[in-house]
Amino acid sequence: MFDFSIVTQWIDALLRGCMPEWGALLIEFVLIGVVLLLLYTLIALALIYGERKICAFFQCRLGPNRVGPYGIFQSVADMIKILIKELITIRKSDRFLYNLAPYLVILASMLTFGCMPFGRGLQVLDFNIGVFFIMAVSSIGVLGILLAGWSSNNKFTLIGAMRSGAQMVSYELSIGLSMLTVVVFAGTMQTSQLILLQNRGWFLFTGHIPMWIAFIIYLIAGTAETNRGPFDLPEAESELTAGYHTEYSGIHFGFYYLAEYLNMFIVAGIASLLFLGGWMPLHIGGWTAFNTVMDYIPSVIWFFGKTAVMMFIIMWFKWTFPRLRIDQLLHLEWKYLVPIGFVNLLLMVVITVFGIHF
Amino acid sequence: MKFVTNALNWINRMNLSLFVVVFLTGIVLVTAALAIAWLISPRSYNSQKGEAYECGIPTHGTSWMQFKAGYYLFAILFLMFDVETVLLFPWAVIVRDLGVAGLGEILFFLVILVLGLAYAWKKGALEWK
Repeated sequence: MFDFSIVTQWIDALLRGCMPEWGALLIEFVLIGVVLLLLYTLIALALIYGERKICAFFQCRLGPNRVGPYGIFQSVADMIKILIKELITIRKSDRFLYNLAPYLVILASMLTFGCMPFGRGLQVLDFNIGVFFIMAVSSIGVLGILLAGWSSNNKFTLIGAMRSGAQMVSYELSIGLSMLTVVVFAGTMQTSQLILLQNRGWFLFTGHIPMWIAFIIYLIAGTAETNRGPFDLPEAESELTAGYHTEYSGIHFGFYYLAEYLNMFIVAGIASLLFLGGWMPLHIGGWTAFNTVMDYIPSVIWFFGKTAVMMFIIMWFKWTFPRLRIDQLLHLEWKYLVPIGFVNLLLMVVITVFGIHF
Repeated sequence: MKFVTNALNWINRMNLSLFVVVFLTGIVLVTAALAIAWLISPRSYNSQKGEAYECGIPTHGTSWMQFKAGYYLFAILFLMFDVETVLLFPWAVIVRDLGVAGLGEILFFLVILVLGLAYAWKKGALEWK
């Protein structure tokens, strides 16, 4: 299995060889920033194209097929189009908060994006409180959405923001509980440690029934957290025009669009990190030959492959289930998912304490 | 100057330098995109553009007003459970070593917490009215 830290250490040694330490560090930091920026935008563009194509196939349409072969340049064209649109701020809005809101939304998704384990040795942020950090910074996004809706001084945006706030805040609990279940089983919060622990088999397979329940709860709550699929009440287009970003135009709107798609990637990425082994290949205890063959597939492909499968499932949700009402949405969370999550957590504690697992 | 060096030392000590890099990357992304858009986008002035979005009629009053209390109820409930998560995470890391004692103690804690949820449920705080 190729370890990407060899490459990064080689670059580090090369830079330190020809300049003082602070210069080398500065260049490395700039490199990290540029790579993250490029990856962030490229993944978002690819996702927008993929989502439009998949939607089209679900509805027996062709989807974008004019710009470039199979329409692959469609999202690039859209990006240029959105950049040359005029930025309009309405007269009665709260200017400072209105301009601050996109920063919060992008920052939340960027900081979580930095925690993603893209491959072996390819991870920017790896704290010892990793999973907890991910949960903490991703909840900043709610603030951005609430501010966006409130500062626009429009009734549609206010209702959209309130719905989104109640929804994201509620479903964060279930995400926290299913993450807790994994942490109880693994005994660590560090993302790199979590992945290394799945060397013997992914948590979904070694973790018994509670892990499956946690996985399903995580999927439901994660879909709700990204305001997508059957949970897209905040921007229910038939009642609220566009929800909390009705008053944003041009690239201002683009930030919300970008963050929404990136959040889907992040939710899928965390699902693959916690339950499907991150970049760890499919290993089955005792099958040495099988494990060696699996090790030949690069770690980056494993991570992006698992994430792509999870994202496809989230898109599938959107075209399968009808949209929920706000009371149904809150009942699902508070009367079903939270109690089940608690019982599941206790079940997992019993299993780990008494050692009844593979 | 002293403040800057102190801050830099603190960042170094806490291993936060990469966090600061990612944080700045996010800010640069928004600022750069806004700057590009500001440079190449057209600008025109019209008094109608400053109006709030509506179906063509002027909006009635401001939207900064009293709002349905149901949303806040769920926010308060969330607060209770979110603080609980902060307490549970450190426990979850070492529960393997704590063994049955850890299980018993957390059971006591969770029972009190779930009683709170049951009370809210009974009182009808979870109903959407």
